[in-house]
Amino acid sequence: MYFALNDDQTALRDGVRDLLNGECTPEVVRAAWTDPAAGASSLWAQLSEMGLPGAAVPEAQGGLGLGACDIVPLLEEAGRVAAPIPLVETAFVAAPLFAAAGLETELELLLEGKLLVACALDGSSLVPYGQFADRTLISSDAGAGRSIRMLDAAAAAAAGSAVDSIDATRAVLSLTGDRPEGIRLDLSPAQATAAWQRGALGSAAQLVGLARTLLTQTTAYVKDRRQFGVPVGSFQAIKHHLADALIAIEFAAPAVMRAAWSLDQGSSSRDRDVAMAKALASDAAERVAAIAVQCHGAIAYTTEYDLHLYAKRVWAGSRGWGSAEWQRRRVAVALGL
Amino acid sequence: MDLEYSESEKKFRAQAREWLVANVPHGLKSGDTAEGFAQHVEWEKRLYDARWAVVSWPERYGGRAASLWEWLIFEEEYYRAGAPPRVTQNGIFLLAPTVFDYGTPEQQDAVLPRMAAADDLWCQGWSEPGAGSDLAATSSRAKPDPTGGWRLTGQKTWTTRGAFCTHMFGLFRTDPESERHHGLTYFMIPLDAPDVTVRGFDRLDGDEGFAEVFLEDVHVPDEAVLGGVGEGWRVAMSTTGSERGLTLRSPGRFVSAAENLISLAQSRPDAATPILRDKIASAWIDAEAYRLFTLSQVTSIVAGGSPGAQSSLNKVFWSELDIRLQGTALDLLGQEAELDGAWTRSFMFALAGPIYAGTNEIQRNIIAERLLGLPRK
Repeated sequence: MYFALNDDQTALRDGVRDLLNGECTPEVVRAAWTDPAAGASSLWAQLSEMGLPGAAVPEAQGGLGLGACDIVPLLEEAGRVAAPIPLVETAFVAAPLFAAAGLETELELLLEGKLLVACALDGSSLVPYGQFADRTLISSDAGAGRSIRMLDAAAAAAAGSAVDSIDATRAVLSLTGDRPEGIRLDLSPAQATAAWQRGALGSAAQLVGLARTLLTQTTAYVKDRRQFGVPVGSFQAIKHHLADALIAIEFAAPAVMRAAWSLDQGSSSRDRDVAMAKALASDAAERVAAIAVQCHGAIAYTTEYDLHLYAKRVWAGSRGWGSAEWQRRRVAVALGL
Repeated sequence: MDLEYSESEKKFRAQAREWLVANVPHGLKSGDTAEGFAQHVEWEKRLYDARWAVVSWPERYGGRAASLWEWLIFEEEYYRAGAPPRVTQNGIFLLAPTVFDYGTPEQQDAVLPRMAAADDLWCQGWSEPGAGSDLAATSSRAKPDPTGGWRLTGQKTWTTRGAFCTHMFGLFRTDPESERHHGLTYFMIPLDAPDVTVRGFDRLDGDEGFAEVFLEDVHVPDEAVLGGVGEGWRVAMSTTGSERGLTLRSPGRFVSAAENLISLAQSRPDAATPILRDKIASAWIDAEAYRLFTLSQVTSIVAGGSPGAQSSLNKVFWSELDIRLQGTALDLLGQEAELDGAWTRSFMFALAGPIYAGTNEIQRNIIAERLLGLPRK
């Protein structure tokens, strides 16, 4: 039994963390609000140099052949800086899917860092990053993974219209009317299900990272902000809010890593474990975001301050890949309820 | 990451399970009643005879020198088997770690074997009428006896199973000029000493084992002091770390409770509305999250780390998940929850969780100040 990252995993995570701390500052996230496509492609170029596009692709097919336990900590890092990029969708869902489905052209482009992929595999008609993605993966039924189809940029644009997300970096496309056929990926049911599970798990990891940043920012703020002649962080009311935020994060994060382990092992409980991880991560992120806003006070209620960049990512993303309630229902079924 | 137990750990689990399934008694009266306490002590002695009472202790004291992992496994099996709550818990899980850390070899030999065998039954003397959450306000005092040893005077209260136990450990002020956490000393006291009066009273659920303990110039020898004179606060804090953390409430207890909750729901399909099914799934998820958190915590402890203030995270989480879990069971029972039954009793006991071992309000202060670095003032 060893429930921690090994030295290689820690080194890889630290490398990605250092890169993101330098390249994905709040200013970069803010700039991506004005031009999401440019923000994503510039960050993707940086991450591609580290080999991230091929992280989840087998070595025999030109990737790094990493497992979920290696990649999930990186996704948490991407969440921590609110990386304005479909990283989970491209590197963790699409890349191994393209490899499994034998889509050689797409795989090659993706591995070269020239392809960003959007996903709407939860049955929703809203496609985050769909406005600028080079390919879009859609499915008609959440989690069942019976059928995954791929649209190119032109087909997606023809089938959808741009809509305003509260988080402009997400560049959401709404698929209106009849869904285009696209290309049906040649996948076994297990492969399609695994894609869904990776998406939900990757999303959970990002939400944990976002929650960590919201807590870090709020902790720093309440140490600094003074009222009644003292830092507001010295008040028990504030302390208890932030203690609750830390508890929510610290009890979600291990569940996310365990789900990664279950995916890597092909464990029979992996669907339940991913569902549990996503439920805890969604709830934790929502809770921490609400606490962060409250403990900042009025300054949280402005877009001039950076907090909203992270909070809105939570609000926009926590229900994708199965909301907490949806995932708990899945756990309940797995438990025989 | 490696979430598999080793072959020898699996073997340990199988041995524990086999023995527990064959030996666990059912239908004991509550260990917080006089009659039930005696039944529980008998069970503790059987555990000891089979060397399952103190698995993590050295073999010479009746243990199996089990690793922390094996201890977790034993706890899982213990609760899975539906075994009774441990009435020896305050000695084995709270005092003993302190005796191992601070006791002289003579004290260890005198205290530990009799504790393991359930010959001596220990209760905790922390709280006083004027010192609850504010433990440093302890006013019970001890003064040196001119003929040797110490004279203890004061009142301890909210002493779990104090009415039935044979011994008590607690803090006393040895420096009359001292304030707060200075000048305190940790004592181990036989409750049958002259001038000790124990008054039992009923807890919320009606069981009568709660007690207040009055000491009027009680003589104890020098060997009653654990750790140095005046070192009581530091010595006691090592115990409270154990109390809040995983040794007091291991995950096995809550995982089993969540599984029992699922069985209850399955036996009452009409009561299990979608909202209650969501709460049940939540309870199970939280119990499992606590187990996973513990695995990462134990990994860090085994690597030489110390949980420190992290144990406050454990304490808030397990105590509040327990209330949600037990409350959901009562919702499933509907009107029957009014009756004096096992779930309703568990619910009332769960309400004590955020109070004992340092209230959750205090724990949240500790989390904010020591883990997040917020200013004390």
